[in-house]
Amino acid sequence: MLRLQFIPYTEIASLTSENKISKVLRIAKNNRIILLEGKFSPEEEALLIERTMSSINRRFKGIEICSVGDYSKEDWVNKIKKSLAKMLLGVNASGMTIIGPASIVKEIKRDPDKIELLTKNMR
Amino acid sequence: MDKASKNTMGFFDYLKNILSIFQFKKTIRLGLYGPVNAGKSSLANRISLDWLGEEMSAVSKIPHETREIKVKEKVRINSNGKELDFNLIDTPGIATKIDFEDFLKYKMSKKEAKRRAKEATQGVIEAIKWLENVDCVLVVLDSTENPYDQVNVTIIGNLAARDIPVLIVANKVDLRRANVKRVESAFPQYKVIGVSALKGKNMEGFYKELFDIVR
Ligand SMILES: Nc1nc2c(ncn2[C@@H]2O[C@H](COP(=O)(O)OP(=O)(O)O)[C@@H](O)[C@H]2O)c(=O)[nH]1
Ligand SMILES: [Mg+2]
Repeated sequence: MLRLQFIPYTEIASLTSENKISKVLRIAKNNRIILLEGKFSPEEEALLIERTMSSINRRFKGIEICSVGDYSKEDWVNKIKKSLAKMLLGVNASGMTIIGPASIVKEIKRDPDKIELLTKNMR
Repeated sequence: MDKASKNTMGFFDYLKNILSIFQFKKTIRLGLYGPVNAGKSSLANRISLDWLGEEMSAVSKIPHETREIKVKEKVRINSNGKELDFNLIDTPGIATKIDFEDFLKYKMSKKEAKRRAKEATQGVIEAIKWLENVDCVLVVLDSTENPYDQVNVTIIGNLAARDIPVLIVANKVDLRRANVKRVESAFPQYKVIGVSALKGKNMEGFYKELFDIVR
């Protein structure tokens, strides 16, 4: 089962970069895909990768990250994006960041229908 | 103009000349970034071979062969009658995921695979830290792969925010599946140059573009 967690901007706006990143990583390690309203700054993104690398172990293999509206024309993120655009009506999807645990994104790439399944369940 | 100020002018001109010579001779720290297996070490070797006659990094089809930063100092490159000195910095590249099970395909013990994965994570952290120590960056991509799948938007964004010049190298053009156009359309705001680090294809064009962006 795929699980999603939406983090609205208001929930992280007041956090320090360090705390923002711990929060996101905690959720990813819990095997959930995160839909974050807003974007990380380049510095935050570098820090996120550093922290991800230090938390890799047998169970957690890292993350995949993409900002919606960027270079995502043909990849898995686009699939998620399209489905989510329908799902998350009322949220401005173009300023969103999607972060997924690497193992789950690998599954999605292997079997993209899973996304469709997921969005059906959510409706 | 009185004599004194004329002298000062002359002196400043003289100083400026000296400074400009130093500036010209300044060594440019050139970082090689990009995804795992794109050919960063192969390109570093090609450049080093072209100008120093020796290689600098180990190359392998096994991912994360480069797990620490390798530096080759004072590589003097000539292009179009200009001469510049570079320090070549071959990095492990930046990844957001590392799976020790990927190593098991290469006849490696589980223990060895785990050790490599651990070193690889450290290598990525080091590569990120070194972003602070470069003047100019080559983002090496495998032109046979989908550029949208490659997690380099992050570094490129990071560099752009700090005004560090970037040249995107679409490597492996010797392969039939290579598609430089696709890389170009993925990064329309950047200079993209197609090369084969392995075969040494289009290196002249590469040096020309390199000199263009460090200018
Ligand atoms: N066909 C082809 N293979 C290449 C080229 N450059 C590198 N490779 C191969 O790609 C693999 C990874 O190369 P390497 O330089 O270690 O990549 P790095 O991880 O980015 O440093 C090796 O098997 C290389 O032989 C190229 O221009 N053409
Ligand atoms: Mg390498």
